[in-house]
Amino acid sequence: MGGDEDRGGLLYGPQPDVAGAAGYPDAPPRMGFFTDTSVCIGCKACEVACKEWNAVPEDGLELTGMSYDNTQGLGADTWRHVAFIEQRKPFGGQEPGVAHDDVDVFAAAARLGTDAGSPGPGSTAPPPGQAPAGAPAGRISPLSPDGRTELRWLMASDVCKHCTHAACLDVCPTGALFRTEFGTVVVQEDVCNGCGYCVPACPYGVIDQREDDGRVWKCTLCYDRLGAGMEPACAKSCPTESIQFGPLEELRERARARVAQLHAAGVPDARLYGESPDDGVGGDGAFFLLLDEPEVYGLPPDPVVTTRDLPDMWRHAALAALSLAALAAGSFVRRPR
Amino acid sequence: MSGPDVTRDGVQGARPGRQAPTGAHAGRRRRRRGRGRGEQPMVPDAVFSSYYGKPVLNRPTWKALDIAGYLYLGGLAGASSLLAAGGQFTGRPGLAAPAKLGAAGAISLSLAALVHDLGRPARFLNMLRVFKPTSPMSVGSWLLVGYAPLNLAAAAAEVAGRYRLLGSAATAAAAVLGPAVATYTAVLLSDTAVPSWHEGYRQLPFVFAGSAATAASGLALVAAPAAEAGPARRMGVLGAALELAAFRAMKRHMGLAAEPLEQGGAHRLLRAAEALTAGGAALAVLSGRMRDRRLAVAAGAAWLTGSAALRFGVFHAGVASAEDPKYTVVPQRERLRARGR
Repeated sequence: MGGDEDRGGLLYGPQPDVAGAAGYPDAPPRMGFFTDTSVCIGCKACEVACKEWNAVPEDGLELTGMSYDNTQGLGADTWRHVAFIEQRKPFGGQEPGVAHDDVDVFAAAARLGTDAGSPGPGSTAPPPGQAPAGAPAGRISPLSPDGRTELRWLMASDVCKHCTHAACLDVCPTGALFRTEFGTVVVQEDVCNGCGYCVPACPYGVIDQREDDGRVWKCTLCYDRLGAGMEPACAKSCPTESIQFGPLEELRERARARVAQLHAAGVPDARLYGESPDDGVGGDGAFFLLLDEPEVYGLPPDPVVTTRDLPDMWRHAALAALSLAALAAGSFVRRPR
Repeated sequence: MSGPDVTRDGVQGARPGRQAPTGAHAGRRRRRRGRGRGEQPMVPDAVFSSYYGKPVLNRPTWKALDIAGYLYLGGLAGASSLLAAGGQFTGRPGLAAPAKLGAAGAISLSLAALVHDLGRPARFLNMLRVFKPTSPMSVGSWLLVGYAPLNLAAAAAEVAGRYRLLGSAATAAAAVLGPAVATYTAVLLSDTAVPSWHEGYRQLPFVFAGSAATAASGLALVAAPAAEAGPARRMGVLGAALELAAFRAMKRHMGLAAEPLEQGGAHRLLRAAEALTAGGAALAVLSGRMRDRRLAVAAGAAWLTGSAALRFGVFHAGVASAEDPKYTVVPQRERLRARGR
């Protein structure tokens, strides 16, 4: 990297060595999350595991009427948030790329209890020919005999993006927010004085102030667990591996392969979000595979780190300060009548 | 089956009010389309998607009275330092004295407001743990650490009538830092993801500079003898012109993010600010012509309130723009479309 790129890379643009730029000479590889929402089942195990491990306090129990989402969004006391989106779109997107095209589940169901692979006598399934009273007679019908295919359900577990260029970290006046050796962004709770500047600086609406406490809180990517060689609590608890943890480079590769697989399986909506080092925040440390536009999930479609424009802001402020001084000087120079 | 069926022709056999509708038929549709709190939209509704109308950004946690109050008091102090130094070195002690006291009082109050706004006020000294040019708040903290004591020293020397040389030096030094104190606060607001604060970052420092000039001139017109108030009058009129022109230019360049400046409480405050600033300027010119002290006091009062209304208006507009996903999503979506994605 040349000198100019160095400077640019500090506030904006690609930055391949985040930890190095933050002053770690021999940093481990950058770690992150790849959240593959196409396999999320909305179980919220990640939310629970995060709260349990990090001792995040309860923040209100209310029914919102937003599908199954009573968590609502990320904040001081919610570091993982599972979004539920109900859409009138073809059902196909619900099971993207499971790639069981060669399996006829209805034929398999008809064989229940007759081959070695399926439950025999004593299992919960009744033996063939002895269906319980009231059960529909004849063949089990496909799900959509009359075209009832118009509901799809998107579920996605949101989290702090651990941006390459993190506005929260840039604007923090106390140095409470810092870059770890893993390239993640963490708040030091013993330093934060609750000035709240990081809250409006975050382009994703992640970090927030805890009311009774005064300080700000957000996902640490389980810094304590990482230090001990363990994976973050949410990834550990995810039953479908929708949340994948690992070196960012590896995750990006895996994600690209997954998108290609989904496209091949006929899910053209699949796209990656936040994986590109060329985006407005220099790429996210926690990125996503989405099945619709980002804003549908409550994510900004094209976030830009606000400090990209900071040098220009300082220039304009300096010019304005000079104007003010000149204006005052001019007011005194003119001789009173 | 007793439940409703979702068919291509819509929902059949539904029991209204008993089942959750889905997709485009779901609740909160009005918010989802970005229509704010029952007001008539200024422009045709932008069609965009959002997550149940929820904001993308988190609402700024800053308290309006503390932070908008600080923006105002910082501007008042910064420009007052200029009047103080000008008065001091051009032989207008009647102008310099209230300007020095005003600057010292305003900056003390603003420091109190800043500490009061902290979630952990006892840790306010943590602001001085580091110096970070990437954090306007860090730069501002260090600026205030230099600026506030200079003002207090200048005011103390003025009141005591002793250590005049020291007082003069402090007055001069405060005047050097004053313009920075008055304008850096624009960067403080702009360096956020809040659309209506960020998008105006080129013009906002000039708006704040002009507003600071009118506030300080207003205080001087109220408190200084008419014979010495000439420079304050001129600075106020120039400041008013700068503020009004820069504010209009800012709104023109902000795109959709200008809309919150023209809606609701923020709009009322900003309209009042414009009227008070322009009216104050007219009164000030008149007071200069007619040599009428009552007119000068009225002009001063108009400028002082107008400047405050501007800061509170800009503050509230920003908060409103953060609370509506429209201002985050629509411009970003347009940006992507322009790039062909």
